[in-house]
Amino acid sequence: MAELLDQITEQVLRQIDSSAGFKQEGAFNLRQNGISLCHGNTEHIKIKKKEDKQGIDVYIDGDTKGEEVHIPVVVSASGMVDIVYNDFYIADGADVTIVAGCGIHNSGCNESRHDGIHAFHVGKGANVRYEEKHYGEGEGTGARVLNPVTKIYMEDDAVFTLDTVQIKGVDSTVRETEVTMGAGAKLYVVEKLMTHDSQTAESNMAVYMQGEDSSAQIISRSVAKGQSTQIFHPRAIGEAKCHAHIQCDSIIMDEARVRSIPEIDARHLDAAIIHEAAIGRINNEQLIKLRTFGMTEEEAENVIVEAFLN
Amino acid sequence: MLEVKNLTFKVNENGVERSIVKDISFSMENGEMLVITGPNGGGKSTLAKVLMGIEKADAGQILLDGADISDFDIDHRAKAGIGFAFQQPPRFKGMTVDRLLGLAAGEHLPEQEACRMLSAVGLCAKEYLKREIDGTLSGGEMKRLEIATVLAKPHKLCIFDEPEAGIDLWSFSMLIQQFERIHRKKDQMLMLISHQERIIRMADRIMVIDDGKIKHIGPREEILPALLTDEPSCTCMDREQ
Repeated sequence: MAELLDQITEQVLRQIDSSAGFKQEGAFNLRQNGISLCHGNTEHIKIKKKEDKQGIDVYIDGDTKGEEVHIPVVVSASGMVDIVYNDFYIADGADVTIVAGCGIHNSGCNESRHDGIHAFHVGKGANVRYEEKHYGEGEGTGARVLNPVTKIYMEDDAVFTLDTVQIKGVDSTVRETEVTMGAGAKLYVVEKLMTHDSQTAESNMAVYMQGEDSSAQIISRSVAKGQSTQIFHPRAIGEAKCHAHIQCDSIIMDEARVRSIPEIDARHLDAAIIHEAAIGRINNEQLIKLRTFGMTEEEAENVIVEAFLN
Repeated sequence: MLEVKNLTFKVNENGVERSIVKDISFSMENGEMLVITGPNGGGKSTLAKVLMGIEKADAGQILLDGADISDFDIDHRAKAGIGFAFQQPPRFKGMTVDRLLGLAAGEHLPEQEACRMLSAVGLCAKEYLKREIDGTLSGGEMKRLEIATVLAKPHKLCIFDEPEAGIDLWSFSMLIQQFERIHRKKDQMLMLISHQERIIRMADRIMVIDDGKIKHIGPREEILPALLTDEPSCTCMDREQ
């Protein structure tokens, strides 16, 4: 029988999991205020609660084809610090999408924090899409803090797509991501982030291409408004014949500050690594073009930002 | 009807004022096609930008169907019924072709409708709809999309700044047909800035601008023969596509 959820939880889940609402179907685990509220398994995907610390182990077998696992986290208690360790074991040849949003509703004056520490063990030839949406809301003055740590271990020919979005309302985030790649493994990273007011965001990523013919594409797009600050530090380390491309684009507005520090580190003669980074204000020609459609300057700005982070 | 009275636009270059558009007056009738041509740097594109409100006139008056729009900014002129196709359209990271067309039309477009708009400018429709308007589209594709954004909804006045630039011959022929089709309906004023003889030949009237002033304006039959001679003011014109 499905667990009844309160209105705030439902509202946050619509932002971080699915706009149609979170469904307690298939493989899922809903964590609310530090407690696993409900979970479900399927024939190919089993979720087990850790016994030595907070968190879950998710086992995805090799016959999994096109299934989704939803593991949202909602923190709605002001002052709560929730640290959780989730480990994913994805068997050779599996094909799975993992949706792991986290939302904080803080209506109090104390800081609410969630640190999601995730490790992915991706088997040979497996194909994983991992979606992570971060969101904050609430009328309280207490900060909403999210500090995710993501470690990805890719065996030969594995494919991993990491799609992360920080929508809005997160006062502080420090994101640490580390990836090691076997031969022929392919990594696609799309990181989208928006900060406003006095928010701060830092993203550090290290991708170790250890196997021959591994490749990585890292795209980061961000918008910084108000007095917010952002720091991006993606590193691509080529330890074998490999190929990587890092692209960081940021729109800066108001009195915000953005630092983009892409680093490429070749440790092999046949490592081909490229980086591009650009920070700039909203393009005036784009604004004018949209205004010729009848939009005000503010409407045009919103459309440009929304499209940029789309 | 468009009435332009004593329009002047100046720029300040290192403390020195220079007139780009000099006391220009003309009018356009509903359904008319006016082609503006003349030497590079003569003020044609600037005049178009002043009409759209992208540049602010220093003097003069603009009336659209009798309403004074001189003090309107860009979005209000757009709402009043002016559409504008840029000579060099901007690229938008993250924006898809169908999204831009929907914004231009002012409504969400069904796939079939968006396809029809793209086909009209020679873009092979469906495959383009989800393309991002970034560096992956060629200059010619960008230009055709730009024209499609203006054709996405009816306007009282459509301004096209060098619509032929960067477009291949096959697409150019389709574009000519599209302009002819709109012109036949006689429900929109078409103002085209062009150096292209095939476009100039479509005009009801031709305006030649040089050094910020109207050098000639009149019916096509009257102006065109002079343009096709070696008259000094027209020697810079491209007569070939």
